Amino acid sequence: MTGTANIKDLLVRNIRTSGIYIAFVVIVALFAILTDGRLLSPGNITNLVLQYSYILILAIGMVMVIIAGHIDLSVGSVVAFTGAVSAVVVIKNDMPWWAGVIAALITGVAIGAWQGFWVAFVGIPAFITTLAGMLLFRGLTHLTLGSISLSPFPQSYQNIAMGFQNGILGGNGYDVFTLVVFALAVVGYAFSAWRTRASRIAYEQSVEAFPLFIAKIVAVAAVVMWFAWQLANARGLPNVLIILAVLVIVYSLVTQRTVFGRHVYAVGGNLAAAMLSGVKVKWVNFGVMLNMGVLASVAGIVYSSRSNGAQPGAGNMFELDAIAACFIGGAAVTGGVGRVTGAIVGGLIMAVMSNGMQILSIGQPVQWVVKGLVLLLAVAFDVFNKRRAGAR
Amino acid sequence: MPKHILEMQKITKVFPGVKALSDVELSVIDGEIHGICGENGAGKSTLMKVLSGVYPHGTYEGDIVYDGEVQSFHSIPDSEHKGIVIIHQELALIPYLSVAENIFLGNERRGKNGLIDWNLTNHEAMKLLDQVGLHENPTTPVNQLGVGKQQLIEIAKALSKDVRLLILDEPTAALNDDDSEHLLGLLRALKERGITSIMISHKLNEIAEICDRVTIIRDGHTIETIDVDDDAGMQDRIIRGMVGRDLTNRYPSRKHVVGDEIFRVEDWTVYHPTQEGRVVVDNASFNVRKGEVVGIAGVMGAGRTELAMSLFGKAYGRDITGRTYLHGEEVQINSVSEAIKHGLAYATEDRKRYGLNLIEDVRRNISAAALFKLSKRGWVDGNKEIKVAEEYRGSMNIKTPSVMQTVGNLSGGNQQKVVLSKWIYSDAEVLILDEPTRGIDVGAKYEIYTIINRLVAAGKAVIVISSELPELLGTCDRIYTLAFGVVTGEVPVAEATQEKLMALMTQEKEVRA
Repeated sequence: MTGTANIKDLLVRNIRTSGIYIAFVVIVALFAILTDGRLLSPGNITNLVLQYSYILILAIGMVMVIIAGHIDLSVGSVVAFTGAVSAVVVIKNDMPWWAGVIAALITGVAIGAWQGFWVAFVGIPAFITTLAGMLLFRGLTHLTLGSISLSPFPQSYQNIAMGFQNGILGGNGYDVFTLVVFALAVVGYAFSAWRTRASRIAYEQSVEAFPLFIAKIVAVAAVVMWFAWQLANARGLPNVLIILAVLVIVYSLVTQRTVFGRHVYAVGGNLAAAMLSGVKVKWVNFGVMLNMGVLASVAGIVYSSRSNGAQPGAGNMFELDAIAACFIGGAAVTGGVGRVTGAIVGGLIMAVMSNGMQILSIGQPVQWVVKGLVLLLAVAFDVFNKRRAGAR
Repeated sequence: MPKHILEMQKITKVFPGVKALSDVELSVIDGEIHGICGENGAGKSTLMKVLSGVYPHGTYEGDIVYDGEVQSFHSIPDSEHKGIVIIHQELALIPYLSVAENIFLGNERRGKNGLIDWNLTNHEAMKLLDQVGLHENPTTPVNQLGVGKQQLIEIAKALSKDVRLLILDEPTAALNDDDSEHLLGLLRALKERGITSIMISHKLNEIAEICDRVTIIRDGHTIETIDVDDDAGMQDRIIRGMVGRDLTNRYPSRKHVVGDEIFRVEDWTVYHPTQEGRVVVDNASFNVRKGEVVGIAGVMGAGRTELAMSLFGKAYGRDITGRTYLHGEEVQINSVSEAIKHGLAYATEDRKRYGLNLIEDVRRNISAAALFKLSKRGWVDGNKEIKVAEEYRGSMNIKTPSVMQTVGNLSGGNQQKVVLSKWIYSDAEVLILDEPTRGIDVGAKYEIYTIINRLVAAGKAVIVISSELPELLGTCDRIYTLAFGVVTGEVPVAEATQEKLMALMTQEKEVRA
C-alpha cells in the first residue's frame, strides 16, 4: 500500500506521541511570553540544559524500566551514593578526575546488578526492591560521607558538567565550533530521515507527502540552528549537552532498533506472551535494572560535578522528577508503551516550567503544586486516550 | 399470538468509522430460550451491550421494547433493575472473594444496623447454589473452583437479582462436555421457572439441543430468525446464514502423505508447579511424523496444555522427566528459546493472555518469536520486518487495514492468524496448536484448517489439541487420548469415532494400571 499521509492524519494517528510535542511548544511559548523572552535568552537556555541534565539522564533509564513494567524509586539515592563514591576517590584520595568517574560507574553497575538480581531472579517487585534501595543507598551515602558534605572537586572534575567546548574553531563573538557541530547534526538528521523515507517507499509503506516531509526537516533545522545560535552566543557547547545527546541517540537506537529494545517492549506489553515467544524475560528485566544503575551513576557524576561536591542529601526526589518526565512523555503506567524521546520532552516540559517559574520568582511550594497538577493531567490525558481507543 | 418479552426494533449502532449494527431486529418470546448465531465481529456482543445498557440510551438508534414498554437504559444497573442480566464470556468474578461474596457483590445482604449480615448472606447463597445444582461451601474462594463451577456462580448471581431475561455470551466456550451438559440442563430448568434466556453460541449442536428459536446475525444485519427443529438441514441453514455461503464441507480435504518421524516423546512426566507431589502428566509417550497431523484429545483438566507447555522448553511444571527426540536424536530442551531454535512452536489456547502483545501492532507480533531472523548483531532490520509482515498478511489472509494496526483491535480469527504467522515465521518444524479454533467463527475455522493442511503439505508436523472431537476427526491423521495426565489410547483417524474417543478420554487411571 503506497500512500501519503497528510498532517492531520499524522497528528490524529499519533495523538499520544504528538500531543506531547504540541504541549511542549505551548508551554515554551507561554513562559517565553510571561518572562518577556528571558526564558529563551542565550544565557538561560544554557542554564536550563545544565540544570536539568541529570534528570534527563535518569529519565532515559527510567523510561526503559517503565516500558518493561517496573519502576525505580532508588535513583535519587543512587545519584547521591555514586557521587559520594566519586568524591571520596577524587577529593579524599587525590586521584585524577577519571578515576572518580570510573569508580562511580563501577558502583552504578554493581547497584544495577544488585537490584536487577532481586527483581529478575528472585522475583521481588521492583517497587519493593527499589524502595529498599532508596533507603539502603541513602544510608550508604551517609556512611560513606560520614554525614557531612565533601567538596570542592578539582577544576578538571567540575568541567564534566560545567565545562564548555568553546573557541576550538574560533569565532567572532559566537562559537563557530558549536554551530558546525549542530549543522552536522542537522545534516545527519535530514540524511537519515531521507533514507528512512526512501526505504519505506521501496517497501511500499505509506509516508508523509513530500512537501510535508521537506517542511518538517526545515522546521527541525530552523529550531535546532536557532538553539545552536543561542548557545554559540553564550558560552559555547556545554559538555553535558554532548553527553546527553550521545545518550539520547544511543538509547533511541537501543529501544527502537535492537532485539533487546524490542524485548523490553514485549515484556512490558505481555509478559506471558513474551516468555512463550522465547524472550529471556529474566535477563531483560535484569538488563533494564542494570542499565538504570549505570545511568543513575552517570547522573551522579554530572550532579556531583555541577554541585562541586558530594552531599549526604543529594538527589533527593530526583526519582520523582524522572518518573514524572516519563509519564508526561507518554509512557503507560501499565508498561509496554513509551519512548526515550518522549521522556526527554517530558523532562524538558518540567524543566521549562520550573525554570520559567523561577524567573518569575514563583516560590517552590507553588512550583510543586503546578508540577503535581501537570503530571496528573498528563496521565489523565493518556488514560482518556486509551479509553477512547478501546471504546468498542 | 405469543407474548414477546423483548423486541429490539431497528437498532443501529455506529462507532467512529464503523457501522456495527444496522437496523437489527430481535424479538424474544416470553419463556423461550433464544439463540443468537453469527461470526465473530457480526455484532452479537454489541447488540447485547446495547440491550444491557453498556451503550446508554441515545448512543444508538432504534427502540428496545421490553415488557411492552420502550426502555431507555443508561447503565447496567438500569437494565438489571428490570431483570435483564448479562453473563459475559470472560467471567467477572473476583478470585479472592468467596462464592457468597461474589453472588451478592454490589447487592449485599445487610442487617438492621447497616452492616453486612454474613449469616443471612451465606444462607441465601446456599439456597441459590442449590438452585443451580452446585454443591460447594459458600465461603470457598472462587479461584479454588473450576471454570464450569464459576459459570454456575454467575448464574446464581443472576438469580439473586430476580432475573427475568438472562443473556449468556458463549457460556460453554470454556467448559468441558460434562459441565456444558449441566449448564444446558440448568437453562432448561430455569425455563420451566419462566426465566427467558438469550444464548450466544458458536456451538450449533447446543443451539439445536436447547434453543426454541435462533436469530442469525451477519455483518451487523439480522439475517433471519428460525424455529429450531430436529431437521438435519437446520445446522447447515444456520451456517449458510452466518457466512453467507454454503460450506459443503466444514473440513477441507487433504492428501495424506506421511513421512519419517520428526518428533518423539518418551515417558514424559510432569509435576504440578506449586502443589507438592501432584502428577499432571504421567509417563506420556507419543510421536509425530513429517506431513502428519496428530490430535490430542482430552477433557479440560486432562493435562493437555500442561503436556504441550512442558514440552515447549519446560514452560510449565517442575521435576520434569522423560526424553524427547528430534529426527531420532535425543535433545534436551530447557528453555523456550531453545525450543524455538529446535523448531518447536506452541500456539496457546489463550491467545489474549499468552499468545499476543495486544497493545503492539500486527507486524511486531508476527516477528516476536523470530527476531533472530531479522537481526544482525542485535540490530533489527525494521524494513525487512515490515516486508515479512506484509507477506503474512497476504498469505494468511489477515484482515487488517495495515500491519501497523494494533492486534487488540482485530477479531478473534484474525488474531489467531497472527499467532500462527508468528510461529510459521519462526521456521517451526513441529507446531503444537492448542485449541486453534477456540472462540472463532465458522468461516475463520475453515481458514485455520486450510492453513494446517498447507503446513503439513510443506513437510511440517502438526499436533492439534482440541476438546471438539469433530474437529480432531476432521483434521487429524492419528489421535492420542489423554485422561488424567495419562495417554490412554492411540487411534488412527479411520478407526476413530466420537464414542470411542470419549470412552478413552474418560478412562480412569486405575483401570489402565
